[in-house]
Formats: sequence, structure tokens, C-alpha cells
Amino acid sequence: MLDIVIAITLVMMAASLCLAFIRLVMGPSLPDRVVALELLSTLIVGMIGVIAIATDVASFLDVTIVMALMAFLASIGFARFLERGGPRDD
Amino acid sequence: MIDVIKSILLLTGASFMLLAVVGLLRLPDLLTRLHATTKAATLGVAMVMVAVALHFAEVAVVARAFGVILFLLMTAPVAAHVIGRAGYFVGSRLWSGTLKDELRPHYDPITHELRSGLEGDELVEGGLADTAEEANSPTSPADDGDRSH
Repeated sequence: MLDIVIAITLVMMAASLCLAFIRLVMGPSLPDRVVALELLSTLIVGMIGVIAIATDVASFLDVTIVMALMAFLASIGFARFLERGGPRDD
Repeated sequence: MIDVIKSILLLTGASFMLLAVVGLLRLPDLLTRLHATTKAATLGVAMVMVAVALHFAEVAVVARAFGVILFLLMTAPVAAHVIGRAGYFVGSRLWSGTLKDELRPHYDPITHELRSGLEGDELVEGGLADTAEEANSPTSPADDGDRSH
């Protein structure tokens, strides 16, 4: 039963990644794209958690920690860049 | 039994993530999109991580899973606040149906200054008149150079 649930979960997360990518491509302004990037990395964190369950490898959790840290630093950096005067509207 | 709990947690977590992405796609505004993504996606990841902790049931894995949850709970609001602040200052447009923007009367986008509305009398008489003039007049070259820097 768990195999089917993991398959369904991975399909849902893959669909979520595709939809978030749509917003990343067409987002009208740069902050919208940053929000989409942040959500994308959060989704990847969840996906790696599911893959850790599917493969029984607990070391994948280290990857999730690094992923979350990188996403946080990236969003902070983008915000600083925006406030210092990046492209206003692209 | 544990399998059932894990399955429920995984499915609800994935549903919350899907919901966050639907919000990101469908909502009209930067701030509403932030509102949708931050909370729902964090809850989804937290549920998936609880499922991971239940699946392995070792001390090291449980500690790491809860570390991820704690880290996300701490960083997601900070990141959302910083992005929303930068978006407001850059001038991203609010939704046309926005009823109230409490920052607009107090924030001066040209000088990048925020006032509380509780300053002394001379500031209220002189300062508010000044800002009204500034808001009407076009940007002076000095201000422009300062802002684009």
C-alpha cells in the first residue's frame, strides 16, 4: 500500500513542480519569480523526503537540510538585490 | 497502523503543496501569492518530514527531520517578510480589489522614509506639508541618483 501512496505523492509533487515552473516563467515581475523559486525549493525539500522513504536511505535528509538553507539564503540575497535597485520591471 | 498514518501524512502533505502551487498560479497579487505559498508549503513539508520520522524511527533521523521542520518554521516567515518588503518598495502593483493599504499614507517612496503619524507639532505642520509637495512634484535629480544607486 505504501508503494502506491508514494507513487501518488510523487506524481502530485511533480505536477506541483511543473505548475510552479509556469509561474516562474511567466511571473510578471521579479519578486513573483523569487516567490516561485522559493516555493520550488520547498517542494524539492518535500520531494527528497518522500524519496528518502521510498529508497530507505536516511542520508537524503542531509540533502534536504542543505536545500532549505540554500533556498533561504537565495531569497534573502534576491531581496537585498531588489532593494538596492535591480531591474524594476522585466 | 504506522503505514496508515504515514500514508495519510504523505497524502495530506502533498495535497497542501499542490494547494500552495495552485494559489501561486491563481492569486492576483504578489502579497496574496506569498500568503498562499509560505504557509501551505511549510505545512506540507512538515507533514512529509513527520512521515519520514515515523518511517525510520531512529534517533538520528528523527532529530534531523525535526531539525528540518524547525528550520523551515523559522526561515519561511523571514524570507516571506523580506521578499514582500522588497516587492512593496520596488513598486509591485497591488490587486485592484485591495481595500486597505495602511502603509501608503505613511510611507514616502521618494525619500524612502516611514513616519508614524505621531511626530511633534512642528513636524506635523512642516513635515506633512513638505511631503505633500514632494509627492506632487516630479523627482529631483539628486533623489533619483540616490534611489538608483
